[in-house]
Amino acid sequence: MLLDVILCGMILAVALAAVSGLGVFRAVVFFVVHGVLVSMAWLRLDAVDVALAEAAIGAGLTGVLLLSAVARLERLAGGGAWRQRVNVLPAGLAAAGVTGALMWAFLGLPQPAGLGAEVAAALPRAGVENPVTAVLLNFRGWDTLLESVVLLAALVGVWALTADDDWGARAGVAQHAAPGGVLEGFGRVLPPLGLMVGVYLVWAGAAGPGGAFQGGTVLAAVALLLAMAGLAPAPRVGAPALRLALVAGPAVFLGVGVAGLAWGGFLRLPPDIAKPLILTIEAALTLSIAVTLALLVLGRPEPGDGA
Amino acid sequence: MIDPALLYGLTGAAVVGLGLYGFLSLRHLLRRVLAFNVVGSGIFLMFGAAGYRGAVAEGTAGADPVPQALIITGIVVALAATALAVGLILAHARATGRRTLPEDDT
Repeated sequence: MLLDVILCGMILAVALAAVSGLGVFRAVVFFVVHGVLVSMAWLRLDAVDVALAEAAIGAGLTGVLLLSAVARLERLAGGGAWRQRVNVLPAGLAAAGVTGALMWAFLGLPQPAGLGAEVAAALPRAGVENPVTAVLLNFRGWDTLLESVVLLAALVGVWALTADDDWGARAGVAQHAAPGGVLEGFGRVLPPLGLMVGVYLVWAGAAGPGGAFQGGTVLAAVALLLAMAGLAPAPRVGAPALRLALVAGPAVFLGVGVAGLAWGGFLRLPPDIAKPLILTIEAALTLSIAVTLALLVLGRPEPGDGA
Repeated sequence: MIDPALLYGLTGAAVVGLGLYGFLSLRHLLRRVLAFNVVGSGIFLMFGAAGYRGAVAEGTAGADPVPQALIITGIVVALAATALAVGLILAHARATGRRTLPEDDT
């Protein structure tokens, strides 16, 4: 209980720091700390799968994305004194009002019944033992299928911002790490470990905490580390193999879903072969998630804008 | 003795407020996107806390898996949206040399 109170206090303090008057770089650092603290809150709420996703995606990849954006933005539009804030009073009042209303609504919520019992009852027919994976890939497959398409759509959006001359170049800006530096050192040490952890998370996700999104994110982090350390060049956008990797997950998922029509409905998985089907979907989905997330963080190709 | 789910739910509501304040008042576009992510994390926390409360009331082991799955989906979609927003901000900065929107200069 005391731990919960301290944790909530720290979450609030760090969230305040992330929106306060510090510079943009410090704000991003506080945001990453916020993500780590929130993932500890998820552990306290018995949601280990969410804790993994929050730590890997919410804190990790979002942090890398924002930090590299800070550096790119300062080069494009740096310098000059300017006002940090506008409309402080109305914004404060609006925020306080929304917080008050949300707290009031939360306190007034009827005791929720929850769907835990229904999921537990259906779990023997789901093919996997982890209820969260069962919900993601079997009971609510629609959500996950469309989510993988959203990822793809976001990447199309990012790539659509590419300048005409840069199309077909390597994704992101040219990266240079100091030879023998910290980044290059970690770039050589961490990838084997990251590959193992990533694949383990996907495999373990059938029975315990983990899954395609958490594992795929770790694999994306490995790819990003290699690219940022300059050890492996980022792929060229538009390379056929790359495009195949991007669509493999949604395509396999959709294929299995359509095959389910023969069984009884779109995205229905026959209980007898649900496990191999889910593992097949997860394998393809992991590849696509890893590649898509890494490319989303690298951003559009800007070969002329070296770091 | 406060129920931990209640504590995290109310913390989530306060995090939403902090994020909203940053989103409305900060001019730097990256900081706005960051503040919007803070709003999202507060909403997820409220949702997860409500799901936890339901699971405790039911007496089932572990938190309700359906909100958990939805939150994981939400976290991934938030990253995708953030990446697109960052791409737009960089394109805006490249085109205009600015890191703020002109409407905020009044």
